[in-house]
Amino acid sequence: MDSTRTLPLPADWRDFFALTKPRVMTLVIFTGLCGLLAAPGEIHPVLAFTAILCIAVGAGGAAALNQWWEADIDAGMKRTANRPLPAGRMDRTSARDFGFALAGGSVFVMGLANGWLPAAILALSIFYYAWIYTVWLKPRTPQNIVIGGGAGAFPPLIGWVAVTGHITLMPVLLFLIIFMWTPPHFWALALFVQTDYAKVGIPMMPVVAGEKATRRQILIYAALLLPLAATPWFIGATGPIYGVAALVLGALFLLLSARVGLRTSVPGDGMAPEKRLFAFSIIYLFALFAVLVADRYATLQGWQ
Amino acid sequence: MMSDDPKFDPATDLQLFRARQKARNRALGFVLLALVVLFFAITIVKMGLHSSGQM
Repeated sequence: MDSTRTLPLPADWRDFFALTKPRVMTLVIFTGLCGLLAAPGEIHPVLAFTAILCIAVGAGGAAALNQWWEADIDAGMKRTANRPLPAGRMDRTSARDFGFALAGGSVFVMGLANGWLPAAILALSIFYYAWIYTVWLKPRTPQNIVIGGGAGAFPPLIGWVAVTGHITLMPVLLFLIIFMWTPPHFWALALFVQTDYAKVGIPMMPVVAGEKATRRQILIYAALLLPLAATPWFIGATGPIYGVAALVLGALFLLLSARVGLRTSVPGDGMAPEKRLFAFSIIYLFALFAVLVADRYATLQGWQ
Repeated sequence: MMSDDPKFDPATDLQLFRARQKARNRALGFVLLALVVLFFAITIVKMGLHSSGQM
């Protein structure tokens, strides 16, 4: 029975599922779906479902490749130490192969079902996250998540292009909104898990430039996000429902960012404003994209 | 390594191995079946769109 003694236990399918970062995927699916629903034009429900499925599976593949590459770093942080690879529940090769299979499969299926332009953007977004962000930027520059935020900004663009078949200003604006939203969202988190990033040597903004500079930049990005998010209304691409909602949500986001941006933390203060900003930033993005879809349907119904 | 574990029991271990394998096979079978259904649906829709001149 010696051979069975050395045989490693195959990884549980739940660990493969965990590798796709299902919680992050929720936001990816949602923004992708909103891009698809807000786009002018029609798409067959089966093809719409396929587009969203491919965006989700592609994001899952990119997340798996990210965890394959960062297994050693993840092992050093409390927040990520229990992921399948650092916890030793899966071997690295399986994670790598799984990631490549999901990434390749999703691009291929999207190309066949929705066209090769959205498929090419999906491939670019996976490459952007798995290589440009994970391998290249994250360990090198404190601006990592600013540029890397582009990876998370692709889903609404892909959803939109899956319907229209071409890139116009509006999907690019949706891309830019998420791009601008990412730094305050992520740095709010980085402020209260700061010690973890410092321990594994990732140059997150609070670690390298200090808390004060990070707080100031959170405020700057939130201030830029407010007019940017309302731009679709200013250029006439959406109606007042979206415009007013974008301004109100943006003002709240700016207010919470100001509370973070203008204060100095003291040891043991619980970092409540940072945690509140992080939580609100998620609600902000969900609400903004939901209103975008609602606005389009209100326009189609002739309500505005 | 499993043999390092003082509580190592070959029979239980093999049982666990088989159970894990079975669960994985079921999950993979489900994924493959879903892909068959998806490709079938995409094909039908595409054929419909082609014949109605929408593509």
